[in-house]
Amino acid sequence: MLRTFPIGGIHPQENKISRECRIEAMPLPETVTIPLSQHIGSPTEAVVSKGMRVRTGQLIGRSTGFVSANVHASVTGTVTGVDTFVDAAGLRRVGVTIRTEPDEWAEGIDTDDRIVRDCRLSAQEIVARIAAAGIVGMGGATFPTHVKLSIPAGKKVDVLIINGVECEPYLTDDYRIMMERGEEILIGARILASALGVGRILIGIENNKPDAVEALSRLAGVVAPEAEVVPLRVKYPQGSEKHLIAALTGRQVPSGGLPVDVGAVVQNVGTALAVYEAVQKNRPLIERVVTVTGPSVLRQANLRVRIGTPMARLIDYCGGLPADTGKVIAGGPMMGRAVANLEAPVVKGTSALLILPEKEARRTTAQTCIRCGKCVSVCPMGLEPYLLSRLAQKAVWDEAEAHHVTDCIECGSCSWRCPSGLPLLDHIRVGKTEVMRIIRSRKA
Amino acid sequence: MEKKLIVSPSPHVHGEQSTARLMLDVVIALLPALIVSTWVFGGRVLAVTAVSVLACVAFEYLIQRFLLRGPLTVTNWSAIVTGLLLAFNLPVSIPLWMVAVGAAVAIGVGKMTFGGLGKNPFNPALVGRVFLLLSFPVAMTTFPAVDAATGATPLSAVKGMLASGMSVPEVMRMVEWSDLWLGFRSGSFGEVSALALLLGFVWLLYRRVITWHIPVAVLGSVAVFTGVLWLCAPDRFMGPLFHLLTGGVLLGAIYMATDYVTSPMTARGMVIYGIGIGVITVLIRLWGQYPEGMSFAILIMNAFVPLIDKYVRPRRFGAIKKA
Repeated sequence: MLRTFPIGGIHPQENKISRECRIEAMPLPETVTIPLSQHIGSPTEAVVSKGMRVRTGQLIGRSTGFVSANVHASVTGTVTGVDTFVDAAGLRRVGVTIRTEPDEWAEGIDTDDRIVRDCRLSAQEIVARIAAAGIVGMGGATFPTHVKLSIPAGKKVDVLIINGVECEPYLTDDYRIMMERGEEILIGARILASALGVGRILIGIENNKPDAVEALSRLAGVVAPEAEVVPLRVKYPQGSEKHLIAALTGRQVPSGGLPVDVGAVVQNVGTALAVYEAVQKNRPLIERVVTVTGPSVLRQANLRVRIGTPMARLIDYCGGLPADTGKVIAGGPMMGRAVANLEAPVVKGTSALLILPEKEARRTTAQTCIRCGKCVSVCPMGLEPYLLSRLAQKAVWDEAEAHHVTDCIECGSCSWRCPSGLPLLDHIRVGKTEVMRIIRSRKA
Repeated sequence: MEKKLIVSPSPHVHGEQSTARLMLDVVIALLPALIVSTWVFGGRVLAVTAVSVLACVAFEYLIQRFLLRGPLTVTNWSAIVTGLLLAFNLPVSIPLWMVAVGAAVAIGVGKMTFGGLGKNPFNPALVGRVFLLLSFPVAMTTFPAVDAATGATPLSAVKGMLASGMSVPEVMRMVEWSDLWLGFRSGSFGEVSALALLLGFVWLLYRRVITWHIPVAVLGSVAVFTGVLWLCAPDRFMGPLFHLLTGGVLLGAIYMATDYVTSPMTARGMVIYGIGIGVITVLIRLWGQYPEGMSFAILIMNAFVPLIDKYVRPRRFGAIKKA
């Protein structure tokens, strides 16, 4: 019996249509717009101005605090503006727009494809390089990686977990990099382990990707003997940090706690790859792999894309927006965000563009709760979604808090399962936000 | 942008289950039992079933349309399920007008007075059935003979024989076990065939309409309770298999106790609720006035569901134990 997490979970249709599509480099777009904030934490401040010429990999936004991440030019060209633009959600943000020219790489960046295995840097040097390269969690959370590597005093980490689960339906970007860049991922994992000072690496991959399990196990024998690849039973949301830790080690991150509380640090395979690039190649985070997929998309693809490329260019490259399109999602169908503006740029956390036909994009009409209890049985946090949703609708915040609404990881399993089509998570999110605000004001 | 995109919060996809489909699956699961009953008792089974189902649907529609004036939910099959289950709990010989009265009480009193689907505390079909049992005790307990021997149900026959001084081993020799499995016996027409009901159970589990918790807790507690008594005093008490196969235990455990609206929300709550039903059923059967106690047991435990839901919470991920 394969390992998995202990409570709840669902198994949505996998729909990995683009799994056989090899990663291809997308041609450079005419312009890129690089947001100054692409991470959780304080935004960066621009160090370039209109009219300046920048080279690929050059710093353009400097981090303004510990929880912040540098931003680099993803192309060579002339800055045409440091100004507001409309992001994917339709909100105004500040970004640097660059008119693209052929690549001229910034000084010190190794653009050779040759794999560099050895790393003799100290932990501090590694963390400094990761911070300089502006690396954030590539699974979509976009939390600055160097912060995750700085273990608070009094905490001890004994295992590094590499997340190759990719439990979201449709997404194949992590799968493709595991198949094509496995060795670099493993070297990146070793570098992360030495930055943390841990000797044990667990790589969790769901068993619907047996070839990735096989490929990484074989490579681990050669380049990373301390790494163990663990196939996991397919169950959503196994890619959640807490659930992956539980699946691999049996440890449960306590309510309100962090992975370090149980001695674990989790990094996505994409992050491990970015760490390899940053530490071994001195290459900042200026591109990522984006899956472009959907039932009606003409050409499925896994594209290597420069950060800041307008989403519409990726869709054009894959045959254009299908006529039956109802919704475009940045990320997976369970936790991704609906895109309101297709001219918005790809950012560090954009794992996919999923294009759903209108008939699949529309929600069914909500009916009355029939108390079937399915939301309770699927909740991976062991919460009672029907109750939390009702409490939030009635604005009974103290009871919502008492029933642990803040434990909700917003995986959407309850809404997915509800046979009455109730938007449970919509209400729970409102409750969670409000309760968090109350808790903060209590502390203040 | 010429094309308008839909923007809504995640999740953006939905599972294949819908209320209507779940209810349809319950109907499908009940079909084997309906077929066996028709074979055993004849075409009148279909007449009773049709009256019950049509009356339930009609009453729900009329009440929603003219009294509640809320959105119509009659299309989601739930009234059809109530109608089927009510019919399954009736003797085949019952006058058809009584069936309609039962349906009116089931839907009108049992369901719609509380606000309709999802709001009723008691199983509507059982509210209808118990109303009929208390109002028309003769019609509700007159069962047509399957073979020439007797019109009594196995449960009441055995209760009578034991009361008249026969010993359990003597009675056990008279039990036709294959008839209990297949359905050639007297009783409410939906409850007679254990095999047909179990076949439906497999379908419900396969379609993930219900989980094992409630049926297994009911059947397990009936088996354990009667089994312990039987082991202690084999000459006074019938064995557990007899209790599992007779009366409404299987129909109740699989199809009535598992009614979503009137059962607990958590797995542990379901087990507690199921054990309660099993224990109360056996208590009524062995020491009560009635030969069968399934309907009463379910209704009594229905009343405890809000309490169970309040105190039995799911196991939480990363729960911090209180020091």
